[in-house]
Amino acid sequence: MSTTDKSQGDIEELLPWHATGTLGRRDAQRVEDALQRDPDLARRYALVRDELGETIALNESLGAPSSRAMDNLFARIDAEPARAARSPGFGVRFSEFVSSLSPRTLALAGGAAAIAILLQAGIIAGVVLKERSAGGYVTASRTVADTNAGAFVLIRFAPQATQDEVTKFLEADKMTIVAGPTSGGLYKVKISPTPLPQAELGAIVKRLQDNKVVGFIASTQ
Amino acid sequence: MQSTSDDILIGRIASGDRTAMQVLFARHHVRVYRFVLRLVRNEATAEDLISEVFLDVWRQAGKFEGRAAVSTWILGIARFKALSSLRRKPDQELDDETAERIKDDADDPETAIAKKDKGAQLRQALTRLSNEHREIIDLVYYHEKSVEEVAGIVGIPEATVKTRMFYARKKLSELLKEQGIDRGWP
Repeated sequence: MSTTDKSQGDIEELLPWHATGTLGRRDAQRVEDALQRDPDLARRYALVRDELGETIALNESLGAPSSRAMDNLFARIDAEPARAARSPGFGVRFSEFVSSLSPRTLALAGGAAAIAILLQAGIIAGVVLKERSAGGYVTASRTVADTNAGAFVLIRFAPQATQDEVTKFLEADKMTIVAGPTSGGLYKVKISPTPLPQAELGAIVKRLQDNKVVGFIASTQ
Repeated sequence: MQSTSDDILIGRIASGDRTAMQVLFARHHVRVYRFVLRLVRNEATAEDLISEVFLDVWRQAGKFEGRAAVSTWILGIARFKALSSLRRKPDQELDDETAERIKDDADDPETAIAKKDKGAQLRQALTRLSNEHREIIDLVYYHEKSVEEVAGIVGIPEATVKTRMFYARKKLSELLKEQGIDRGWP
């Protein structure tokens, strides 16, 4: 086998991964160059793409497991011996916090992304610090007696929201951050000092979710 | 909208966070189920196995070192469970629905119509691949695993991953040829 044949064989073997976009940059470029200059390889690449599409279709047609699987799993987990709860340290919490504020793609986008992450961290931290200094909001790691009573929502702020916008948003409805960030970068926000009927809470959530600073919102207890 | 990374969830699960386990299960269980189902070809068995897979995740989370993606780690566990199950039940019967998807050799009217659909033919051929070829096709095309990740899940060298994928595709072409479709390759 000549070097050219071997190289062509190597390229041919990489076609499936090129189709799914899981090749490294160098290999992806090699395959792309070969596809440009070799119409027969391009025709075979079309076959790969057919296979890719039909494999996805076949797997998607398999449906999903019933709730029995989940019920069974958590029954077994509940039967396991309890673990000693470990409180994550500051580093982990900070890592989770930053991670929760930016999409994964931003993290991969280099310098611009890093700036965006820092700005966002500053925005939320600024809001929290400002409210704390005013004797208002209580941060994630703290709880106070009155945080248990009232009506609450879970909010994830939109990545592009500024500090001023978040502050104004909270002040406009006299809302208070009582905990967060929880999993997924959610903040628990008190929207009323007294419990609200479900319908009223639902209406408030619906109104708030139209605000541009809100990325996600849901009622909670 | 940003979601908590799998790595963070695993860290929480290691600390006994049941909610994190629910999130991780919700995120991955359907794909894991499909991967297992394609190997064991029995829906009830596949459901039982994913409970076992995620129970192992719960138990082993503290040992996860982050050298591979969480989804890759879970698929590795799933593959081990599925193959162990197949070894325990070598003559396991297919459930009706799965069997219906697989047996398609007869030229009844419905099949004849299906044969006009190249996509359906390809899907049929995919179900006729051996387990070895089926799993690598699924890992690459459906689970979008890189050469390195497939090597980690299946436990073979990266060069073998590439050649096995090549031969799986070649077999697919042969099966299609048997069904009357010549792709002109290999």
